[in-house]
Amino acid sequence: MTVDSATSTAPRQGFRIDFHIWGPVVALLALIALGAFLNSNFLSYGNVTNVLARSAFIGIIAVGMTFVITSGGLDLSVGSMAAFIAGVMIMIMNGLVPSMGVGWGVILVGMLVAIVVGFAAGLVNGLLITQARIEAFIVTLGTMGIFRSLITWLANGGTLSLDYGVREVYRPVYYDGLLGVAWPIIVFAAVAILGEIIMRKTPFGRHCAAIGSNEQVALYSAVHVNRVRLMTYILLGILVGIATIMYVPRLGSASSSTGVLWELEAIAAVIIGGTVLKGGFGRVWGTVVGVLILSLIGNILNLANLVSPYLNGAIQGVIIILAVVLQRQKKMER
Amino acid sequence: MSALPDKPAALEVKDVRRSFGPVEVLHGVDLALHSGEVHALIGENGAGKSTIMKIMAGYLTPTSGEVLLNGKPVTFASSEEAENKGVILIHQEFNLAEQLTVEENIFLGRELKRGFFLDKKAMRAEAARLLNELETRVSPDARVSDISVSDKQMVEIAKALSRNARVLIMDEPTAVLTTREAEVLFRQIERLKAKGTAILYTSHKLDEVARIADRITVFRDGSRVVVANTGEMTEDQMAQAMVGRELSNLFPPKVIPANAETVLSVKDFSVGSIVTNASFDLKRGEILGFAGLVGAGRTELMEGLIGVRQSAGQVEINGNPVSISTVSDARRAGVVYLTEDRKGRGLLLRKSMRENLTLLALNRFGRLAIDSKGEDKALGKAISEFDIRAPNRAVLVGNLSGGNQQKLLLAKTMLAEPEIVIIDEPTRGIDIGTKQQIYNFIQNLAASGKSIIMISSEMAEVIGLSHRVVVMRSGRVTGVLSGDEINEDLIVRHAMGLEGKVAA
Repeated sequence: MTVDSATSTAPRQGFRIDFHIWGPVVALLALIALGAFLNSNFLSYGNVTNVLARSAFIGIIAVGMTFVITSGGLDLSVGSMAAFIAGVMIMIMNGLVPSMGVGWGVILVGMLVAIVVGFAAGLVNGLLITQARIEAFIVTLGTMGIFRSLITWLANGGTLSLDYGVREVYRPVYYDGLLGVAWPIIVFAAVAILGEIIMRKTPFGRHCAAIGSNEQVALYSAVHVNRVRLMTYILLGILVGIATIMYVPRLGSASSSTGVLWELEAIAAVIIGGTVLKGGFGRVWGTVVGVLILSLIGNILNLANLVSPYLNGAIQGVIIILAVVLQRQKKMER
Repeated sequence: MSALPDKPAALEVKDVRRSFGPVEVLHGVDLALHSGEVHALIGENGAGKSTIMKIMAGYLTPTSGEVLLNGKPVTFASSEEAENKGVILIHQEFNLAEQLTVEENIFLGRELKRGFFLDKKAMRAEAARLLNELETRVSPDARVSDISVSDKQMVEIAKALSRNARVLIMDEPTAVLTTREAEVLFRQIERLKAKGTAILYTSHKLDEVARIADRITVFRDGSRVVVANTGEMTEDQMAQAMVGRELSNLFPPKVIPANAETVLSVKDFSVGSIVTNASFDLKRGEILGFAGLVGAGRTELMEGLIGVRQSAGQVEINGNPVSISTVSDARRAGVVYLTEDRKGRGLLLRKSMRENLTLLALNRFGRLAIDSKGEDKALGKAISEFDIRAPNRAVLVGNLSGGNQQKLLLAKTMLAEPEIVIIDEPTRGIDIGTKQQIYNFIQNLAASGKSIIMISSEMAEVIGLSHRVVVMRSGRVTGVLSGDEINEDLIVRHAMGLEGKVAA
């Protein structure tokens, strides 16, 4: 869509413009090459599956975050929301074991709960932002604290553990897969592809970009600004629920430290992928690349002995800032 | 009048040229401002008024030619330097920090200090004195974001006064003021004049120019065409000098539909506290002009009608009562509104033409997935139909000229296939050639059976195009004029409240 328009406005700058669009991809390919060069295990089936499956949680959330940011919003609460959803889900599943027994029935109820709670949390954020007209940053900063505190309270300061029987049944949702591809990867891919199509091809995606570009213009162009905004937060809430569904079988527990800083990782992935933080332009495939870049950095540092893995955060930080610097150059050329 | 020929001008430019890239916008102009004189600069949009004002106030440097301050050549390296030498420009869009108080704004950048600390007391006293002198009731402690537009204007003037302006340049100061506020401004201008300040100001209101200016300079297409003492020129002569041809040629001949049925009927329509009990009818194929001063509530009335603002009252379309509370309700009822604020409310400047064109009528291009081929086709059609001139299809809309943006906005609105088109200031900020195109276009729309409401602050436009004219004043409809009644005199009398309320 708009990607093309950016290129053709300044054809003289061909190479650099291409880099703006393909920059994240180039960076990702460079990281893969570096990883393969440093450690022969890097491209092994086990490592690739591990990296992708671990990125799936942030990735699924980041796809939803792309819509929120594109329409000019922000959601800081997703990490705590995931922890809260995980806690509620575990408590309800544990509570149902005596009556329903151990089996898929309990787990399906748990999954449903995750999606419903995610929906409700997104609805609360969205209504406060669109109806009470409080800034997204403030609202989600508030709900971030609320969700985090609720999970701490529910877990009584400790850890909520899923019933061992249920855990055994649920385990394959994270650890198994279809035709050798782990389930989290499949779900992430499906969410990303759907997200990309919605962003590019549907009126909803177009409206998100219009609202993020200029809310007034959108309003005067018969766009239901509040409804679309609300829907982005609900969509994000549901995706947080889905991410939690994939996350719970991994450890089988939730505590006050679950999902810490996920919101910042998701936002960082969105920005690295080329979505504009102020809104108005977003691309889901870029977000996917952003997620992969962030998790590959950690993986490479762990595999290679070049730099201490403790510097992971520092390198991620440099990448985020670099991505924004590149975005700004694009603006100045216009 | 008050010009003193033996004394050098307070500020003067001689043979100034200015180019932006390859395009020369000022072709060697002269302009002299004398102390104690009010000099009006008039001309159409794009005539070069803003450019010369910016050159005089140090915001731009001339490509060639010289600037003389008290007869001595100067080069202002920046607007700051010009301000330090007493030359101050008040922009049309104010330069105020919205979150700071009035007092903080007045002293912004040159705060009074005692030692390391701000001398709050002295600043407050001085700010209060200046505001008092300007007869405004605005408090020095008020936050600028909370005060009215006219008060902001006064704060700008107070700021200029506090800098001991010897030359004050004002870009359309009265455009945002009500009549009463404008009167206060004129008194201040008189007072500053008496104190020996040289004043240059621009305005599109020629009656106002005739009243308060001592001398008039007319610009057209980057050249000075006339300079005269005020008494030597009638308003008609001013207008003709600005446009450079007979105004009447601009407009297509009126084709007033006979016995057309009423398509829109608005009764006792109120919008907040801004519009009170407005009533009017619109007939099929009619161009209904809306005249009035800026701030008379015309835009707010229309925004209420399309559901952007809360409103109360009865609206009937084709005889059926309708209730419109969102823009999409309005669209479904066949009513569209072209905003006067093209850049802020009309178009997405950082998006391509295609996305802008289809935004209002996006559901015509598929409910689930957008038919981008259909969009491209629609764009092709719009480009040829509306004569949109763009370097290529992918250009960002913000890079188009005002005229082409307006044409795109028209195309966007017409894509919604409306029956009733409300156009707010159809030619604001547009060159004369494009104006003519847009007039013809509006005329053709009406001839094809669409019904048009046109809000305009350009008298010539209202008179030249409208079949009937509704005049508003302070949120009320004060008259509906038709036939021979559509003349400047009657419109102004109604707009100023000099005529009694005419039955609609």
